[in-house]
Amino acid sequence: MALSYDDVIAKYEPVLGLEVHVELNTESKMFCSCSTTFGGEPNTQTCPVCLALPGALPVVNAKAIESTIKIGLALNCQIAPHSRFARKNYFYPDMPKNFQISQYDEPICFDGFVDVEIDTDEGAKQFRIEIERVHMEEDTGKSLHVGGATGRIHGAEYSLLDYNRAGIPLVEIVTKIVPGTGKYAPEVAKAYVAELRDILRGLKVSDVKMEQGSLRCDANVSLRLIGSDVLGTRSETKNVNSLRSVERAIRGEMIRHAELLNEGKKVKQETRHFQEDTGLTRSGRSKEQAEDYRYFPEPDLVPVAPAAAWIEELRAQQPERPSIRRKRLKEQWAVPDKEMAAMINADVLDIVEETVLLGADPTKARTWWLGEISRIANEKEVALTELTIAPKDVAEIVALVAAGELTDKLARQVVEGVIAGEGTPSQVVAKRGIKVVNDDRALMAAIEKVCADQVETADKVRNGHVPAAGALIGAVMKETKGQADAARVRELLLGHLGQPSN
Amino acid sequence: MIKNTAAQMSAALEKGETTSVELTKLHLDRIAEVDPKVKAFLHVDGESALKQAAAVDADRASGKKLGPLAGIPLALKDVLAQEGVPTTAGSKILQDWKPPYDSTVVAKLKAAGVVILGKTNMDEFAMGSSTENSGYGPTFNPWDLTRTPGGSSGGSAAAVSAFEAPIAIGSDTGGSIRQPAALTGIVGVRPTYGAVSRYGLIAYSSSLDQAGPFGRTVLDTALLHEVIAGHDPKDATSLNAPVPAVVAAAKSGDVKGLKIGVIKQLQGDGYQTGVLARFNESLDILASLGAEIVQVDCPSFEYALAAYYLIAPSECSSNLARFDAMRYGLRTGEADGASAETVMNATREAGFGREVKRRIILGTYALSSGYYDAYYGSAQKIRTLIIEDYKKAFTQADVLVSPTSPITAFKIGEKSEDPIAMYLADVATIPVNLAGICGMSLPAGLADEDNLPVGFQIMAPAMQDQRLYQVGAALEAALVSKWGGHLISKAPALGGAK
Amino acid sequence: MSSLSRDEVAKLAALARIEMSEAELINLSSQFGSILDAVARVQELNLEGVKATSHPQPLENIFREDVVLPSLTPDQALSGAPAQEDQRFRVPQILGEAE
Repeated sequence: MALSYDDVIAKYEPVLGLEVHVELNTESKMFCSCSTTFGGEPNTQTCPVCLALPGALPVVNAKAIESTIKIGLALNCQIAPHSRFARKNYFYPDMPKNFQISQYDEPICFDGFVDVEIDTDEGAKQFRIEIERVHMEEDTGKSLHVGGATGRIHGAEYSLLDYNRAGIPLVEIVTKIVPGTGKYAPEVAKAYVAELRDILRGLKVSDVKMEQGSLRCDANVSLRLIGSDVLGTRSETKNVNSLRSVERAIRGEMIRHAELLNEGKKVKQETRHFQEDTGLTRSGRSKEQAEDYRYFPEPDLVPVAPAAAWIEELRAQQPERPSIRRKRLKEQWAVPDKEMAAMINADVLDIVEETVLLGADPTKARTWWLGEISRIANEKEVALTELTIAPKDVAEIVALVAAGELTDKLARQVVEGVIAGEGTPSQVVAKRGIKVVNDDRALMAAIEKVCADQVETADKVRNGHVPAAGALIGAVMKETKGQADAARVRELLLGHLGQPSN
Repeated sequence: MIKNTAAQMSAALEKGETTSVELTKLHLDRIAEVDPKVKAFLHVDGESALKQAAAVDADRASGKKLGPLAGIPLALKDVLAQEGVPTTAGSKILQDWKPPYDSTVVAKLKAAGVVILGKTNMDEFAMGSSTENSGYGPTFNPWDLTRTPGGSSGGSAAAVSAFEAPIAIGSDTGGSIRQPAALTGIVGVRPTYGAVSRYGLIAYSSSLDQAGPFGRTVLDTALLHEVIAGHDPKDATSLNAPVPAVVAAAKSGDVKGLKIGVIKQLQGDGYQTGVLARFNESLDILASLGAEIVQVDCPSFEYALAAYYLIAPSECSSNLARFDAMRYGLRTGEADGASAETVMNATREAGFGREVKRRIILGTYALSSGYYDAYYGSAQKIRTLIIEDYKKAFTQADVLVSPTSPITAFKIGEKSEDPIAMYLADVATIPVNLAGICGMSLPAGLADEDNLPVGFQIMAPAMQDQRLYQVGAALEAALVSKWGGHLISKAPALGGAK
Repeated sequence: MSSLSRDEVAKLAALARIEMSEAELINLSSQFGSILDAVARVQELNLEGVKATSHPQPLENIFREDVVLPSLTPDQALSGAPAQEDQRFRVPQILGEAE
């Protein structure tokens, strides 16, 4: 019997636990000097260490340690004065050593929290997510399953392994159990992952691209009867690779658990995989017994003991918390909610802020980055930051428009020029000979020519049908190669045809 | 010429009395002659050895300044990766594997102009004390071909003892350099943990493994020690400290005023009479040279063997997980439809020998949940006690001494069916590994009852490796003058030596 | 007197991914009693309050700079591969799910 979400929350209280894996954006891997660049040709970023050739040894990447401590500090964690790496032993072909170097009983950061705010029936409400630990580990290689119907693991005839990703530094952020979210559990989880993403982005320690797998979430869900303090059996859902999926997966699992419990069945403690297409989870392997990972201290590595002074230095460098910064910018720039959300979504806050700090009007700066420049970036399939146009260029363009030296339309040509590598905005203006035509005599000549060419339309306007002027203005703009100020053209044209211009 | 020491060969090269090519050829001839009996080598690469030798000769001719071991041939334990050369660690699971990289030890040897003759036999993955556990058959002791040369570096020890190479590299996890050195009548040193890079040393037990030198004299061993030691950023456990002046110490050899501590727990029951006789004789010599002999007590040593046989198997069960038929090495069991898991299981069954499997299973057990604290955890604590015992002992003495092995070379097959008896062969060498300090074995003479070599073990604190050489050289000089030559000159000829 | 049954050895062999023959399982099971007795001596002492040593040298904080160095070429990387295809390691079908 299919239950509705309301049925579920009327009877049960969800308890959450979230494990987020973040790929750090170091240049080199966690334990070797191979590049971490995404999308390289298969097995071009491997060496004896990350292929686990006999005799090879790991050496810890200092930057990965620093990034992890930064994350710990941003999540209000304690930083362990002494922590160790441990081996987690299990066999799997995408893991070359057949053990993962991870951290076990001595993680580098522990006991932190993140506050998130969501809209509830009673207005905005804050929830505190407590962080159990933040620890370092390494990523696995990627397997390509060949043969079989779906290209998925089931039914495949064989697999092809690429170890470029093997050994990329991962940070795992584990929450304590999160009770008390009630019906808002899915939203709270989503808000938590979003907040985490923004914090990590602010720290500049990861690309945090869920779609590329640089931020991955596993969601543990269990239900207990309202009023009971006995925890239910949890399921662990993997493959939750977008913010929307976090919400859907948790909602789906809550309903699935409730259906089982209502039927008097047991929830199995198992790993489940989220299916983007259906929004449901399917059972992963269910084992007769829990895997015995045989953790022990990694003998090839020595303990990590960050100096207190270093930790304080990193603490002093912590950026403004994303939630606080968003609030501040929204107020300073007077941005409507929807536009603010669009900027956050498109990840342009940094670049817009930089442009504004160079003197540009916040609305204009936002419009350029979110509009024309984003469009070009999309067209070229590159990130905004990869384009050659910089905040100082946009600030200059905004200034030129404000000074009346460019029209919006001309400014777009300048943007194009800057992106094409033709130089700074003023250089592009000079090179392309772009200038606003504000010589009224030249404009009048063009207007007279157009009115002569399109007598019928001109007459319509003369007779008071002002909207028809659009076609004439367009023709004048064409005549002047777009260099005229459209507002001035309109003014002169309407005057020429005996109509008031406003 | 091949019976000379490396130092003598080096002098001859320096004076232009011989060339590296000539030396290399002589050793290759010797290998061709005696190795069918000794079986010290798994792989000999004469062509590339001669090429290396010719390059050193050319450098010398051009007046380039060369190190003391430039142009000297060497035998390399097959546990060290050498680019493009088969490296098997004595295991079938790595048959025909050719590393695409050089271990740091090999890189240092090459940089020093040392000529690598080939790879020597060993107990599979260095697990054993007799070289009988090799996947490629045993090595035979040049002193008596019916006996083992000890292990796990039995191939390297036998090669040096049989004049197939003047010097060799071994690795020592529980005594695998010192015990075969003792059983073949040569010198072997296990340097301080972290003194020689482990990068490219195929891991058996990461916290215990250490590569080190073999030679027929204390000085030759020191010369090789100096070449391979030093900090390596590729090994996170490598010590960033100056290499102790081992060559200078080997040349000085003075024990006057030194305190030498005899460890009470490493003698007595289970030690062969002839072994103890030679050991005590050496003590008398050291005393006559001006050293003060004191007795020291190391009560936790009684538990060293047990701790070792938990720690080493535990680490090996994890270290050897990478041999899974996916990326390199043997792959078997690939019938139609066989899964990766099936192939892994079948390959590991077929590729690993009996002792390796025994230790993997033991280590898997010791680390498994519910047993960890009782076994692995307790062993790690015993390790602390052993370190403390040493610390205390070293406040009473500058070096500590014991017989290297309780017994002389045993017969092939004698202990291979009894793992516990085999494990006892390492009883005197293991504490050094657990504490991460350094140790040397040098010849103390032949046991009266079997006329086989006895080893004298010297131990020194971490990064005090020069003390081994200082004491070793003094004892060696006294013994050589007593015997009228090095002990090794009493070894059987094996063939018409040149 | 310690012991380890044939089934316990089989479980460990499965964890260690070794497909042991019946004879091997039984043989190992019969040897394990005396081996476990020998190693269980580590439990004879009172070890309360004794620190565990997992590493013989007191080193800490050994790191490398975050610098990219040349990798192996794909040919070198795949040089030991039992099977390969499209510059990847070819392996038999993988049954279980990844972690």
